Amino acid sequence: MTSSRSNTLFLWPTDRLLLWLLRGLAAIAGLIVVLIVAFLIVEALPALHHVGVLRFFTDPSWHPAEGFYNLTPMLWGTLFAMAGSVLIATPLGILSAVFCRYYAPLPLARPYRRLIELLAGIPSVVYGFWGLVVLVPLIGELHPPGPSLLAGILILTIMILPTIALMADASLANVPQQYIRGAAALGLPRWATIRGVVLPAAKSGLFTGVILETGRAIGETMAILMVCGNVVQTPSGIFDPIRTLTANIALEMAYALGDHRAALFVSGLVLMAMIVTLVVSAEWISRGRIYG
Amino acid sequence: MAESMKKRLNMCEGLAFVLVWGTAALVTATFCWLLGDLVWHGLSHVSWTFLTAPPENAGRRGGIGPILVSTALILGVCLAVALPIGIGTAVLLAEFTSDHSLFGRVTRRSLDVLAGVPSIVFGLFGNAFFCKTLGLGFSILSGGLTLACMVLPILIRSTEEGFRAVPTSYRLSAAALGLSRTTTLIHLVLPAAVPGLLVGLVLGVGRAIAETAALIFTSGYVDRMPESLLDSGRALSIHIFDLSMNVSGGDANAYASALVLVVLLLVINSTVSRLTAYGLQRKIMTV
Repeated sequence: MTSSRSNTLFLWPTDRLLLWLLRGLAAIAGLIVVLIVAFLIVEALPALHHVGVLRFFTDPSWHPAEGFYNLTPMLWGTLFAMAGSVLIATPLGILSAVFCRYYAPLPLARPYRRLIELLAGIPSVVYGFWGLVVLVPLIGELHPPGPSLLAGILILTIMILPTIALMADASLANVPQQYIRGAAALGLPRWATIRGVVLPAAKSGLFTGVILETGRAIGETMAILMVCGNVVQTPSGIFDPIRTLTANIALEMAYALGDHRAALFVSGLVLMAMIVTLVVSAEWISRGRIYG
Repeated sequence: MAESMKKRLNMCEGLAFVLVWGTAALVTATFCWLLGDLVWHGLSHVSWTFLTAPPENAGRRGGIGPILVSTALILGVCLAVALPIGIGTAVLLAEFTSDHSLFGRVTRRSLDVLAGVPSIVFGLFGNAFFCKTLGLGFSILSGGLTLACMVLPILIRSTEEGFRAVPTSYRLSAAALGLSRTTTLIHLVLPAAVPGLLVGLVLGVGRAIAETAALIFTSGYVDRMPESLLDSGRALSIHIFDLSMNVSGGDANAYASALVLVVLLLVINSTVSRLTAYGLQRKIMTV
């Protein structure tokens, strides 16, 4: 509480002790990020030193045993899977929030919201397992081999949809009631109100939701590892198997040594840089500097 | 002219209606498909013996007893570390720091970033710091500590909200009585903030037992019954992963384990919504 700061004129000795204890605990919590970045950099340094930044993009292939460290196929894998799932999940998530707020009859809206919350809580390894035993064989029948970029996009879509749906739901709830009453007074029908009034008013919350789901899509490891086939290649179609940066770390960390291990930490750094960029831009947007 | 515009408008409305209801139906159907599939294939394998027996033949047969024990131990370590740090930070941010102070802003920003860090990066960090630098090796302790770093942001955020929901009048009255801030905190504010704290706790537990990627390289794969915190132990989520990816013929037990994990999470999830409702109703506290 900000107001309680000035309502006691002095601090008791015990208060001072408590304050220092709390500051210590908070400092630990705040320093974890610094520690993570520091350790990633320290562990990545040998590779950056021996291999150099440029070779991570110009080497002929990813064959760490032979000293080739090209990360670009995995970067493309991550970007394609992310872009595909965000493109599908965003409209679905927003429409599902719209359903909850403006279309569903009251007895339906509450259970539907609970269902979305439950979906948000299901572990990624369960999504991955389901994708592996149900989705991949289905795609395999359609177009062999089955484990593919498409399977990854679909699983990621199901996984990030609750994130955007819950964020959109919260920002729709914040749209002032007068706006909607005003639209009703003008005789606007339901969808026209939503498209012309509600969605523009909720814009900054929706953008934050999209950024958060993008972060989840980039960082997801297990599900994508289980359904994507994990072949290191730049995909030429949605039925090609791919490997993402995160899956690469999970697959090779077990036996990686020396420069190879360091190269995996470099890909960790790349992921970290992506996430920091997203978090900072989310904060800018929610402060209204870009989109009012 | 007006007639055709009205027609177009009506068409738009109808299309939107179909789209919105279609989306909701699609989401519900997917959810039912997923859950139904788990129950259909998993339920027949779940029994008391399955929950208590050790895995045999790399998990193809037998149960998940030691794995549940390892999962509980990892969770215990995680909470024992995360709770004091999390509650302390939340108290500091909510009670002793103004929103505009540098310390508060920096801590919040750093927690926001921490909340977005991919779990595999936590795995890398845990492997480098806890396993290698601190020399804990692949152990339940390393896994629990890594998870503690991971659940801190979510724990701090809901606990802080719990503290902020306590009416200011409590603090003003206590100050008027000349109580120290420590006394006020322990006897008045903390009990009133318990619902928020519990929500944070349960959300943290949910996030922790769902986690896989951060544990592969910190707590390890060993599926024997752990004898100490320095033993490697296999968490339930890793068991599912291993059975479905590395063990051919492990699908039946993987289904059953996945069902157990999902049921655990559903219980946790409904506890959260109960607690939230409870916290909203409870305005007046008895000390």
